[in-house]
Amino acid sequence: MLAATVRVTRDLDAAEEAVQDAYVQALKTWDRDGVPTRPGAWLTTVARRNALNAIRHRQVLQAKLPLLLGPTETAMAEPDAIPDDRLRLIFTCCHPALAQEARIALTLRLVCGVATPDIAQAFLVSEATMAARLTRAKKKIAAARIPYAVPSVEELPERVDTVLTVIHLLFATGHTAYSGQELVRDELTTRALDLARMLRLLLPADREVAGLLALLLAHHARRSTRTDPDGRLLRLAEQDRTAWDREMIAEADRLVVAALEAGSPGRFTLQAAIAALHAQAPAYEETDWPQIRTLYDELLRIWPSPVVALNRAVAVSMVDGPEAALAEVEALERDGRLAGYRYLPATKADLLHRLGRDAEAAEAYQAALALSDNATEQEFLAERARSAAAQGAVGGDEGGR
Amino acid sequence: MTQYAVLIYERVAPEDLPPEIMAAHEQLPQRISELGAREVAGLALLPPETATSIRGDLVTDGPFIETKEVLAGIFVVEARDLDQALAIAKMTPIVNGGVEVRPLLGFQVAEQS
Repeated sequence: MLAATVRVTRDLDAAEEAVQDAYVQALKTWDRDGVPTRPGAWLTTVARRNALNAIRHRQVLQAKLPLLLGPTETAMAEPDAIPDDRLRLIFTCCHPALAQEARIALTLRLVCGVATPDIAQAFLVSEATMAARLTRAKKKIAAARIPYAVPSVEELPERVDTVLTVIHLLFATGHTAYSGQELVRDELTTRALDLARMLRLLLPADREVAGLLALLLAHHARRSTRTDPDGRLLRLAEQDRTAWDREMIAEADRLVVAALEAGSPGRFTLQAAIAALHAQAPAYEETDWPQIRTLYDELLRIWPSPVVALNRAVAVSMVDGPEAALAEVEALERDGRLAGYRYLPATKADLLHRLGRDAEAAEAYQAALALSDNATEQEFLAERARSAAAQGAVGGDEGGR
Repeated sequence: MTQYAVLIYERVAPEDLPPEIMAAHEQLPQRISELGAREVAGLALLPPETATSIRGDLVTDGPFIETKEVLAGIFVVEARDLDQALAIAKMTPIVNGGVEVRPLLGFQVAEQS
């Protein structure tokens, strides 16, 4: 509804106002006359009429105010035009000219309808800060005239990538909350999954869209097993695989296979393939590590990020042993780009522990602990540090696994 | 139509610009109009060594920030929206540097008296 109304106003604030007024009118009218057969269409029609009236009103007041960007549409939206409108709204919110944090916040606010205080909470900033951030982004959309449109074919790959990145970040933010008490913020992961599903309906031919949806599904399928009943973090090896959502994993698998068969895979498809392999393994030891390492090699080639290199090192440790992986992790440490990234010392600690170098492992766990703001994660790392220190103290040289 | 300034930043001094870049600059207005947009004005700046800066009462002989990339020129276009302005900005011939696109608050040319 908001999307259809923005098409009239070309102004996000005005559209939100018109939609809110429509709800107020609905409460009054429906109470008196009963709920119409198509409440959604009724609301959309009223919201758009409100928007047009508001525009005319403003035009009379300030004839020269350049609020109207381009020609207005007076025709009512056809029901099947709405998905396209939502797609336009997503692309507007995820325009590369906006700061990344603003893209996520705007998508949550305008596409998912999440209230500003909730967004502020998810990003651990004050409501005023988030409101200011949203206002700034909306102002830029209006002032720089970011179009309310799906980009042209030439621009589409780059722009779809921005949208996919935002959805992935939304999911990641919810999957392992940056800080706070809870490990998972279900609302964010669910919203991200909804968006990925919607995008898949709107762009069915895009393989990376399929890849992202598969990636989210493969992770989401494991959500209930990531902590024990006491809320403690469980590692992949410790999770109860029988509790994973098999239907979701199967769906992810179908999407990955189709995307892989369609041609050379992009980064989301490769990540989805890795996640799907993890999800399919009947036991941690039976994971197809050589295949995962091959996928990481390809991922690193098309997306040379140090985080990918770190994750690849874990696969290397399972294929070639912890010694080989440790060398790669130490190289990444010297590289410096991951300074402050808690998973670097955490991975190093795990490798050191497997090599029986527990005193060093304890140190690395402490380093990871110092970088984490999430209570669940902190507790996990503190426990690992204590246990490694104890083993190190009794001369765990023959330790390892 | 909205007016945008395209700010050109270069690491190459104007006198060292290769001839093909100069030729591409000359063809730019034509290419912009082929997109249905219009170049309103163009300004080419002399190198930063010629600049004089004023901050408050202090007058000094150049930019304060030591930077290898300098503002080399500006042109103003009228475009449909930011995406069209970005498409135009991408056509700007650049040797070693980049461009920045900014919507204009106003654009005035003094009348000749």
